[in-house]
Amino acid sequence: MNPKKLLIIELHVNNHPGVMSHITGLFSRRGYNMEGILCGAIGEGETSLIYLLIAEDEKLEQIILQLSKLYDVLNVKLRPDYDHKVFFDIDKLLTQQPG
Amino acid sequence: MEMTGAEIIVRLLEQKGIKTVAGIPGAANLHLYNALKSSNIRHILARHEQGAGFMAQGMARTTGKAGVCFSTSGPGATNLLTALADAKLDSIPIVAITGQVASAAIGTDAFQEIDTYGLTIPITKHNFLVRTVEELLTVIPEAFHIAESGRPGPVVIDIPKDIQQQTCKFEQWPEFKKISNESSVSENQAAEIAAMINSAQQPVILAGGGVNNEDSAGFLLRLAEFNNIPVTYTMRALGAFPPDHRLSLGMIGMHGTRYANALIEEADLVIALGARFDDRATGISKNFCTKPKIIHIDIDASEINKIKKATYSLTARAEEVLKKILPLIVSDGREQWLKEIDRVKKSMPYVSAPEDSDLFHPFNIISEVVHNVPNDTIISTDVGQHQMWVVQAWPFRKPRTFISSSGLGTMGFGVPAAIGAALANPDKKVVCFSGDGSILMNIQELVTMAENNLNITVLVFNNHSLGLVKQHQELFFKKNFMATQFEAKPDFCALAKAFGIGGIDLTEAPEPAKTLIEALAFEGPVLVNIPIDSSEIVLPMVKPGAPNKDMIF
Ligand SMILES: Cc1ncc(C[n+]2csc(CCOP(=O)(O)OP(=O)(O)O)c2C)c(N)n1
Repeated sequence: MNPKKLLIIELHVNNHPGVMSHITGLFSRRGYNMEGILCGAIGEGETSLIYLLIAEDEKLEQIILQLSKLYDVLNVKLRPDYDHKVFFDIDKLLTQQPG
Repeated sequence: MEMTGAEIIVRLLEQKGIKTVAGIPGAANLHLYNALKSSNIRHILARHEQGAGFMAQGMARTTGKAGVCFSTSGPGATNLLTALADAKLDSIPIVAITGQVASAAIGTDAFQEIDTYGLTIPITKHNFLVRTVEELLTVIPEAFHIAESGRPGPVVIDIPKDIQQQTCKFEQWPEFKKISNESSVSENQAAEIAAMINSAQQPVILAGGGVNNEDSAGFLLRLAEFNNIPVTYTMRALGAFPPDHRLSLGMIGMHGTRYANALIEEADLVIALGARFDDRATGISKNFCTKPKIIHIDIDASEINKIKKATYSLTARAEEVLKKILPLIVSDGREQWLKEIDRVKKSMPYVSAPEDSDLFHPFNIISEVVHNVPNDTIISTDVGQHQMWVVQAWPFRKPRTFISSSGLGTMGFGVPAAIGAALANPDKKVVCFSGDGSILMNIQELVTMAENNLNITVLVFNNHSLGLVKQHQELFFKKNFMATQFEAKPDFCALAKAFGIGGIDLTEAPEPAKTLIEALAFEGPVLVNIPIDSSEIVLPMVKPGAPNKDMIF
């Protein structure tokens, strides 16, 4: 396994259909890597939380600054304290409804 | 109040103070045009949406305020893309209002449906797809605020046609947020920056597009003179510092001055103001400013440390910082450093026309134009050798007098941008320098020039080639000229006349200088074809991939 250190970025974003393209588009056009993504609406559904799993590298500072510039991104937090196991246990996340 | 979406859009544009809009109608923005008919806003009918986009840019670049353009959905929107991308790279505030197919048809591959929202994400500062008519009341003021605040940029508002048509009841008009002038610079930060400048031995200021406005330029001149700091600038800052000033090092970078490129490496401190270390300015960035400490001031936090690691950085507008540090700067003669500057400058003479050259040498033509137009003339250029010669030889002394596609380098910019500049500055003369390649990329807008009888002189530097590309083939591809020499040569004067503007050819003119002066004195649209020796190349030049200080000259 690659020993690179993984980090979670927490984004608080406006919840509308274009937001995800703004974020993933930023990663692809600037050549940043994203290892995982998790997203869900919060509260009344006006906003969402997005968790991005990224490898810590020299681009991290830029990634944070570029994300902060996005109009629909209300807040960016680095979450080194979060366990990122969930990204590797996706199959366990979705369990079948009983019967 | 009760109004249709289209009426709301038009009333809000009026409230914002928009006087002129450039665009082309089509199925998806017919309601908007219907509402525009009863407005005092002047509509300029472009002949290609890219033209409309560059007209909006011409207005924005010369005034600092957002320019507005309209297009229909599908092909109208795709035609606009180049002008949007161009505005993004040069941080130009424009608001593009694009029609979209009806909400219910979105996603069905309807006639003239294109994902304008998706297409414009990477080339705008922000974009909106309006989903309800009520949203217009927040989205439109917000779009202008985004375009004009912080680091300016283009904003797209995509509006489905049913939303333009629907009516909406509302109590009151929204406010257009004022752009905050509050200073974010603390006393401490100002003191730290001033201390670094005061204690530097060999400082150089690197000015970028962020200082190309009246306020910043005034402060910049005072800082430079008071502390005797030499100033170099990027293409986006042309006009922010007088090129003939004793402290001017001229432009930096690929076609900059040899001494600017050499001296910045001798500096012990580089003060980068509103500059983003673009590769045309820095060359290979790891070889750029290897020795000096860098103070980097930019309104966009993500520009700091993006290309060059800064010793000290601050996210703020250049004028704020300059204003705050000026009282803390000590007067300094810097005799030693200025002597060195002088020595290097003398050893690397600046470009000029050879002694025995005729009127048709590019520098002689430019100098003839300089001497025969008013001081406040606005210059637009296309992209190529002609652009670089203007950059090298025109004495730009005022911000916003030079408009040119810098970041994207878009051929076809010159003519429509000149139109936008003329529309926004009706009492000024506009001169557009173009090439026989570039002009054909938006030649259709000559008819827009005719229709509005604008005071624009278009000068076509005609070298029968895609000169700047041919120059690269000459210097770096062993003269293996491929696809850069034109075989068919259009008659540009006949073309100009066909479009309804004046056409003058200097090729056969018995007294070309006199003819040129007469053309410049004419207060209306005219095109002048100027034969240029196709073997002329732009020097000095940094070979792509080489360090800036090793210039070919
Ligand atoms: C839209 C576009 N296509 C291609 C280029 C590449 N390019 C850069 S300069 C140039 C030649 C421009 O020729 P011309 O306008 O005649 O100017 P000259 O260099 O001859 O003065 C070309 C093709 C470009 N900058 N923009």
